[in-house]
Amino acid sequence: MRFSALEVLRQGLTGNRGWQPHWRDAQPKPEYDAIIIGGGGHGLSTAYYLARNHGLTNVAVLEKGYLGGGNVGRNTTIVRANYFLPGNAEFYSHSLKLWEGLGAELNYNVMHSQRGLINLFHSDGQRDAFARRGNAMINQGDDAVLLDREGVRKYLPYLDFDNGRFPIHGGLLHPRGGTARHDAVAWGYARGASDRGVDLVQNCEVTGIDIEGGRVLGVQTTRGAIKARKVGIVTAGRSGQVAAMAGMRLPVESHILQAFVTEGLKPVIDHVVSFGMGHFYISQSDKGGLVFGGDLDFYPSYAQRGNLPMAEHVMEAGMTLMPMIGKARVLRSWGGIMDMTPDGSPIIDKTGVDGLYLDCGWCYGGFKAVPASGWCMAHLMATDTPHEVARGFRLDRFRDGQGLMDEEGTGAQHNLH
Amino acid sequence: MRFPCPLCGDRDLQEFTFGGAAVMAERPAPDAGVVAWDAYLHLRDNPAGRSEELWQHDKGCGAWMVVTRDTVTHAVHGARLTKGAT
Repeated sequence: MRFSALEVLRQGLTGNRGWQPHWRDAQPKPEYDAIIIGGGGHGLSTAYYLARNHGLTNVAVLEKGYLGGGNVGRNTTIVRANYFLPGNAEFYSHSLKLWEGLGAELNYNVMHSQRGLINLFHSDGQRDAFARRGNAMINQGDDAVLLDREGVRKYLPYLDFDNGRFPIHGGLLHPRGGTARHDAVAWGYARGASDRGVDLVQNCEVTGIDIEGGRVLGVQTTRGAIKARKVGIVTAGRSGQVAAMAGMRLPVESHILQAFVTEGLKPVIDHVVSFGMGHFYISQSDKGGLVFGGDLDFYPSYAQRGNLPMAEHVMEAGMTLMPMIGKARVLRSWGGIMDMTPDGSPIIDKTGVDGLYLDCGWCYGGFKAVPASGWCMAHLMATDTPHEVARGFRLDRFRDGQGLMDEEGTGAQHNLH
Repeated sequence: MRFPCPLCGDRDLQEFTFGGAAVMAERPAPDAGVVAWDAYLHLRDNPAGRSEELWQHDKGCGAWMVVTRDTVTHAVHGARLTKGAT
């Protein structure tokens, strides 16, 4: 299915009855060269880049529900490359560059909008830390501008600058940061992969992983056994259950992160604004809804919904930062299952089983990573060597303590990120 | 969620802080080796369903307890004090 102005006009005049599905809803074959478990953003981009970059097209993506029905459809759509630590910085920089060409690459409108991201600070110490982070971003080749109070006021006049607890001293502007249309990213990668011959198999839950002599032979599913010499686990919050089928325990705890959206409003928030001290961030979707969220609920959960104390906390933080938000009415809220690692950074690595690969641990930052995660996971699966920008995402870094990437500096321990 | 604190009775989630999977209470010996310490500190069963967890009633009586809770439904099945909790 392709879009063009002519096609839109033609379909509009004929009752929009001629639109076709964007990808083939494939039936599983008995054998593939490679299987990706998980049809979310990361799984679909992995399949796409396996085909595009490595010519591997005898590939299946197995999804237990429907494509893009997990976190890629449940996030707050923010795309940024403002990481500090080596290991993370080059990876997210690579991802942002892929984002910038993604619409053209996929010939699919992913609505990538580089509207600028502003992280606020409220003290001299925080200003120093943000100046340092900005310098790291510039050294990485990305962009950052340190704004003073008046600089922030120019962009965000509607904030309460004189809050007693957290007066706004300034902000770090990341001009290339912004948002994208979350579903379109999944759909675009799905169409691109399907067009290259990848089978996208929905309603196909993996129930077992066949391993013999330390090497993967295939998977058992609710739609029968499927053989493959290479299997990638790309299942985000459900990684623990899938890895358990291969006898593995992961350094991952699944937590709930809530998000909220208001009724549609006229344009009022032009940027992505992040108020770290209040655990609050916000942007406005192209439909007009204010999309905002806060911190984890801080207990393990697979419920895809949170509890009220954190909802209350997020609303309070929003009112603190921009009192005008009190006029808006919340339309709905939801939760996503976050695969939290001890140091808050992800894992793209081989496992102890030959041919079995792991891509997980995206914590609450997986959406912006979708292009580079797929790029690097495909590289790993095709070549058996880590991609140069994902070399730091080792599974064993927690055991030996080498190369931990703890952006928040709180310690590589569960429940601190 | 409400937790049945063995000392205070049913109390709201807001009074409690999550302290990790219950395995955190089973500290290995100092010389147990890298594999045991890695498993203790980092690796998790991360169950979808019934789970045993440490929680502290820190905005209440201060006691540490093991709470049995369902991570899919958020149903709370019970709580008992950890050894030496009070």
